[in-house]
Amino acid sequence: MTLAVATAAVAGVTAAAPAHTAHTALTGAAAETHGFLSPTGVEIAFLLVGLVTFGAALVTVTTRQLVHAALWLVVALGGLAVEYLLLTAEFIAWVQVLIYVGSVVVLLLFGLMLTKAPIGRSPDADSGNRWAALTVAVAAAAALVWVVVDAFRTTWIDLDGPAAGSTAVTGASLFQNWVLPFEALSVLLLAALVGAIVLSRKAKAESSSPPVNSRATPGGSPTVPNSRNHSIGRKGSVSGTDPVEATSPGKATGSAVATSQANATSPVKAISPANTTGPAVPKPASQVKPASPAKPKPTGSAETATDLAEVASGPADVTSVPTEPGSGPAEAAADGAEPGSSPAEPATGPAKQEGAP
Amino acid sequence: MHLAYPAVLAALLFCTGLYGVLARRNAILVLMSVELMLNAVNLNLVAFDVWLSEAAQDTLHSGQALTLFTIAIAAAEIGIGLAIVLAVHRNRGTSDIDKLRDTAEGPEADGPDSDAAAAQADRAGKAEAAA
Repeated sequence: MTLAVATAAVAGVTAAAPAHTAHTALTGAAAETHGFLSPTGVEIAFLLVGLVTFGAALVTVTTRQLVHAALWLVVALGGLAVEYLLLTAEFIAWVQVLIYVGSVVVLLLFGLMLTKAPIGRSPDADSGNRWAALTVAVAAAAALVWVVVDAFRTTWIDLDGPAAGSTAVTGASLFQNWVLPFEALSVLLLAALVGAIVLSRKAKAESSSPPVNSRATPGGSPTVPNSRNHSIGRKGSVSGTDPVEATSPGKATGSAVATSQANATSPVKAISPANTTGPAVPKPASQVKPASPAKPKPTGSAETATDLAEVASGPADVTSVPTEPGSGPAEAAADGAEPGSSPAEPATGPAKQEGAP
Repeated sequence: MHLAYPAVLAALLFCTGLYGVLARRNAILVLMSVELMLNAVNLNLVAFDVWLSEAAQDTLHSGQALTLFTIAIAAAEIGIGLAIVLAVHRNRGTSDIDKLRDTAEGPEADGPDSDAAAAQADRAGKAEAAA
């Protein structure tokens, strides 16, 4: 570092040639034909493009307009592609343009659009720990820049001669020495693709399940006005045994169907919550696929039972008439759903319990 | 070219991304900052690969191969990350990472925490009633 400073002090007042000789005398053989203050054209271009890239990156992380952040990210990534070209890595540069500018930024813009990001300025783009983050980043930048400059101050890249990173060299190396990781990477991309599809598709299937259940509504009992429960009960009774009618004495029409399913293992398997009031219950917890009778997870169905207790009514004193010995647990489950029910809403019974005989 | 130019630029870009990850609140902006950090690493890999291929007669070109791998993994990461962000936005109605505190420990038990605790207790009671 002191050598560089001394060289700069010398060269700052004199011409380039004596500075160059002093520099070579001081730094030795590693810097025979190079100097800090006689930059080549490539270095000047790298510096200018680097300034543009760094400025675009700074605007990306500090702007309050989310879409502008994505567009400034394009500038930063494109500047990095130009830097790769200046480092003679042409294949990497075009891969950068294709993948980052072409797909990643488009994905980010789609993500911003799908999450309903505000178009104008959003005042809460930065969180409260902004100054702590600034402190950490500036400290890390100072440490890294100091270490890097101190470590590589006498190191030069020789960009003359044949290009070290041309496409032919990269391709030969990639398909001779790196074939196995390359193929493994394709498997990883496939796994990531399938994972992204699964993550995006599961919620879609959940949101589309209530219309499927409400389509079977005409099979319900005519005595209950909101008879979607009964449709579920009939569906459950197809695979199970016979349904058990439980009538609430508070209302003449309010009833609940308790279906004891023969092949169920848990006493309380699934209780349909959202179907009592329609498929569009706006609570997020009700999206946990409420109406599938064969859902094997008892925890999810118990959670739907709590939702049911909020929206259902009428089952305050359900007297289930057992027609077979298997309906005992169903009665217990109906008692379990009891405390949260309010008798205000008419005719939405607590639905369907599946009990193991 | 002096090796300090790409190394210093990569360090500055990395710290810019670090600031973005720490200071941003929107999850997609955090993903953008992660992309900046990955690109800083890529610049380092390319610069040192070009240096070593001339200085140390390295014919393996591990730097460029690793850069390609990093780019592919970053593409996979951004796909999965955006899928997760969209799923969270669909369930919670927000992509604000300061509001996703379900797994946080703290003295305050408000918002989703209390709801989750109530659901837990209710679920336990339900299991008892069913047993």
